[in-house]
Amino acid sequence: MKDGLVVLDEVSYSYNPDRPVLRRCCFQLDADERVGLLGTNGSGKTTVLKMIVGLLKPDSGRVRIFGKLCRTERDFREVRRRVGFLFQDSDDQLFCPTVAEDVAFGPLNMGKSREEARQIVSRTLSLLGLPRFEDRITYKLSGGEKRLVALAAVLAMQPEVLLLDEPTAGLDDAAAQRVVDVLEELPQAMVIATHDPRLLDSPVNRLLRLSGGRLVAESDGDGAIGHLQLQTKP
Amino acid sequence: MSNVIENAGSYGASLAPTNGWCLNGVDPRTRLIAAFCFSMVVTALSSPTTLVAALGIAVVGAGWTGALTEQRWKRLIPINLLVLLLLGLLPLGGGATPVLSIGPITVAREGLVQAVLIGLKANAIVLGVLVLLARLEMASIGHALGTLGVPAKLTHLLLFTVRYLGVLQREYGRLRAAMKVRGFRPGVDWHTYRSFGYLVGMLLLRSVDRADRIVMAMKCRGFYDRFHPLDRAALTARDAWFTAIVLLVLAGLTVLEWA
Repeated sequence: MKDGLVVLDEVSYSYNPDRPVLRRCCFQLDADERVGLLGTNGSGKTTVLKMIVGLLKPDSGRVRIFGKLCRTERDFREVRRRVGFLFQDSDDQLFCPTVAEDVAFGPLNMGKSREEARQIVSRTLSLLGLPRFEDRITYKLSGGEKRLVALAAVLAMQPEVLLLDEPTAGLDDAAAQRVVDVLEELPQAMVIATHDPRLLDSPVNRLLRLSGGRLVAESDGDGAIGHLQLQTKP
Repeated sequence: MSNVIENAGSYGASLAPTNGWCLNGVDPRTRLIAAFCFSMVVTALSSPTTLVAALGIAVVGAGWTGALTEQRWKRLIPINLLVLLLLGLLPLGGGATPVLSIGPITVAREGLVQAVLIGLKANAIVLGVLVLLARLEMASIGHALGTLGVPAKLTHLLLFTVRYLGVLQREYGRLRAAMKVRGFRPGVDWHTYRSFGYLVGMLLLRSVDRADRIVMAMKCRGFYDRFHPLDRAALTARDAWFTAIVLLVLAGLTVLEWA
C-alpha cells in the first residue's frame, strides 16, 4: 500500500472501557486531499484528529505520518511541526497577550530567529486579511477574529497538513464565510471535522462519516464518491 | 470573586502605547524599578514634613502626567477607608499625651499622629505607583518582570491569569445565567450553598479541562517548557532622563528626612 501523508491503521481508542470511541478505525489522507469528517457529537471526530498529532495514543493499531510509524512522544514532536491543528475553541489556542506573540509562538519554538518570526507574523496576518493586528490583545478579539488569528498561528508554522476541528462552529455567517474563503485558498491537504454545509460544499473534496467507531464513505451528492477509497476494513 | 473577574476586562485594548503622553517612551522595566524604589523610600520615611512632600510629589506627578483618570483616582478610596478605620482605632490604644477623654475612652496624641503618618504613606505610595505604572498593560508588566529576572513561573502565572480571567468570567457568567433562567435565587439556605458549591466546583473542573487543552494546543505548536519572547526592547535616552529625575526626587526626599 502506498503511504499517504497520514495513515491510521485499525486504531482503537476508548475514554471509558465500556464505550469505545474508535474501533479498528482506518483512515488515509493523501496529498492534495481535503477530507470532510462528519459524525454526531461525541462520535470521535476530535479523537481522530488528536490521534494524528499524538495528543492521544491509540489503545491498539498504528499511526503512520509522512510514512513514518509514530509511537512515542518524541516521534510526534516532529509530526506536530508539520501538521497544524486548529482547535475548536480558539481561546484554548490563543494564550499569549498579543496577536504577534501568539502567531510567533510556533515559529520561535521551531528555532526561528526573532527577526524571521516577525516577518512570518506579518506575512501570515496579511495572508489572512488581518493587517495591523500585531499589537491587538488576543482576549479582546471577536469570535471570528480569534478563529482567524488561531488559524494564522497554525499557518505560521508552515504545516504540510491541516487538521481543523469545527473551524466555523460558533461563528456568525459573515465570519464563517470568511473562514471558508480562507480555507479554500490554502494549498495544504486537510482534514476538516464539521457540520457546516458551507465547508462541505467547496473546500472539501472527500467526505467521510464517523459512525460506530469507524469511518465510512459518505456521498456528497456530486459524484465525489468515485474518488473515495474504502476506509473501513471488515 | 465576581468583582475580581469582572475587572479583568478593563485592561486596555492594545499594547501599542497611547500617543502624546510623557511616560510613553519610558521602558516598563525602568518604570517598575522606579515604582519599587519610590515605595521603598517612602516606607522608610517617618517625618511628617517629608511624607507630605512625598505625597505632594505624587499628586504633582499625577497632575503633570495626566496619568490618573477618574477611574484610577477611585482606587484610592479603599485604602483611605482603611486609613479612616485606623484613625478611629489607633488613638484609642493609649499613649502619654491624652488629647481628649470622654468617660473611659481616652484619645491619645501618639495614636493620632501614627494614623495620620500611615495615611500619608499609604496615599503617597499608591498614588506614586499608579502614576509610574499608569497606562501599562498587564502584559507589558509581565514581560518587564520577566526580563528583570523574576522567576518565569511567576511571570507566566501573571500572564496566564490576565489572559484567562476573561474566559473564566464568561464561563462563570454562562453558568450563573443558566442558574437564573431556571429560577435560582440566592438565599440563606442549604440549597443556595450547595448550588454555589456546584458552581465553583464546575468552574474549577472546567478550568482544569481548559488548562489541559491549552497545554495540548501549545504542544501542537512545538512548545516544550521554554518560552521565546518576541520583544527585547533596548533602553533609550528617555529611560536615562527618567531615571535621573526619579533619583533626584528620591535623593531630595532622603535629604529632607535625615538632614
